[in-house]
This record gives sequence, structure tokens and C-alpha cells, in this order.
Amino acid sequence: MNFFDEIQVGDREILGTHTFTRDEIVAFARKYDPQPFHVDEEAAKRSIFGALCASGWHTAATWMKYFVAYQQRTAAERISKGIPVPVTGPSPGFKNLRWLKPVYAGDVITYATEAREKLTPKSRPDWGMLIAYNTGTNQDGVLVFDFESRVFVQRHP
Amino acid sequence: MPDIFWEDFVEGEVKTFGSYEVTEEEIIAFASEFDAQPMHLDAAAGKASMLGGLAASGWHTCAIMMRLMCDGFLLRAAGQGSPGVTETKWREPIFPGDVVTLRRTVLQSRSSKSRPDLGLVTLKLELLKPAGSVALEQECVVLFNRRNPGARLA
Repeated sequence: MNFFDEIQVGDREILGTHTFTRDEIVAFARKYDPQPFHVDEEAAKRSIFGALCASGWHTAATWMKYFVAYQQRTAAERISKGIPVPVTGPSPGFKNLRWLKPVYAGDVITYATEAREKLTPKSRPDWGMLIAYNTGTNQDGVLVFDFESRVFVQRHP
Repeated sequence: MPDIFWEDFVEGEVKTFGSYEVTEEEIIAFASEFDAQPMHLDAAAGKASMLGGLAASGWHTCAIMMRLMCDGFLLRAAGQGSPGVTETKWREPIFPGDVVTLRRTVLQSRSSKSRPDLGLVTLKLELLKPAGSVALEQECVVLFNRRNPGARLA
């Protein structure tokens, strides 16, 4: 990620693409969300979803996985150019997270992020608050997941 | 067979469920896979961050809350998934050794216009730390089958 003052509203990045395998869907769900349609293929067929699908939190956490990988890539690029790397702080939360379509075993999800709004809190002059619109799109080009994130980003080198 | 249906969620009802001990090992394992930022992986980096110590990824805390929902009521309920989360606030970090519980408030209950066999319940979910403070606050909608489809149009 860039420093807060370098980020332009409208900047959009493709973070990466992930294939959700049956095994990892079941492994995540057994730990955190063992509802029948996430852990049992037969039960999933009879459910509202019609087939085994990922826990919504698995879909969301995987967005974060690719966001962190993107941050690490941009940090490495900046280091190779000899320019400073910004610190990104924690996030106070998110809004309007939607699980629009199920993510089925075998689905290939492309994650992206787009800068939407920049806030400069008076209480933290060294930090800006970046509001971004984040998405997951499946192999058919269908939007399956989106949410609005908030994260502190360092303002200047 | 489920024994909790849409009709069982009464607006205004507040209930507390379960307990979950968050270990350092689990914090690091989750972060290694999904949120490999230093403050979720390393004690010294956590201490230097705004969080003040090695702390669970916010997404991990959402997943822990989901598990407490499952064990508390969802696995006994005729749940049909969730269209999403209106808002999540990560209010306080969760540190290794914290034992968290789930508090559920039923904010709203309404029948589905398009699916008479389903009802929608808006829940406020809070992950409570041992001292009673709220680490995570979330408002979400969950779909449930109706025990008596069509019996009441809210």
C-alpha cells in the first residue's frame, strides 16, 4: 500500500485470485462455522444453497489474505526503489458486508479493492482513515461478496 | 432435526452464550493463513502497534463469534444462511488467554415477502471480554425457516 497522501480516490487494485477447494472449505467450517451446508455435501444438496459452499467468514478472511499479500508486494517494490514503506494501522471495523452468492467448492474468486473516501481525523494527525470498497467476483464474472473497509494509513513518510 | 425456528426469535430478547478461550497458538495459526500482519504474529510487533500486544486478527474474532453462534443456537436452528453484516466494530483487541462469550440481542424480526417459508432476524452480536467490555460488535441478518409458514405476516 502507498502512503495516505499518495492514494487517489478511485485507485483500484486486483489483489489476487483464489480457488476454494472442497477440503479447505470443510477444514475452515469445522473450526469456525460447522453448519451442515459448509461441512456435509449431502446435507448441502438438500439446503437452500444446493451444494457445499464456503462459510461467509472464509470468503471474507480470504479477501484479507490477498490484501496482505498485495501490501507485501507493494512494500517489496518500494524497498527495491529505495522509497519508504508506509505503516498501515489496525481497522476499527467495516460496513455493509454482503454475501451475495454462495462460493461453491471449485469456485475461483478474484478479489479487488478500490479507494472510495479519505478522512483525516484531527485526533491522529499522522494517520489518515481510508475507506475502500472491496469485492470478490467468481469465474463467471458474478459479484459474490463485497464490503466497505476502514483502515488507518500513515500520512507522510 | 432443528428445534429453533424464526418464530423463536423475539424482538428485544437478550441472551448470552458459551465461552471460548483464545490461545496464542490459534491467534498465530489463523493470522499465518489469513492475516499475516506482524501485530497478529509476533509479541514485540504487537506491542509496538496501536493494539498494544499480540492480538487476534479482526477476521479471526468474527470467525470465533460465528463458532459461538453455531454452538450456542445455530446448529439447533433451521438457519438458512445470512445475506450479510450491516456493520462490524472492532472495539478492543483480543489477546492470548482471553476467554470470550457471545451476547445476542434480537433487534428485529420480519417475514420474507418473496419466500413465505422464511423469516429474517436482525441480530446484534457482541463478543464480551472477561471484564465485561465489548471487543467486537456486529449487526447482521440471518434467515431461518418458519415453523408455521404463512401463519403470520409481520
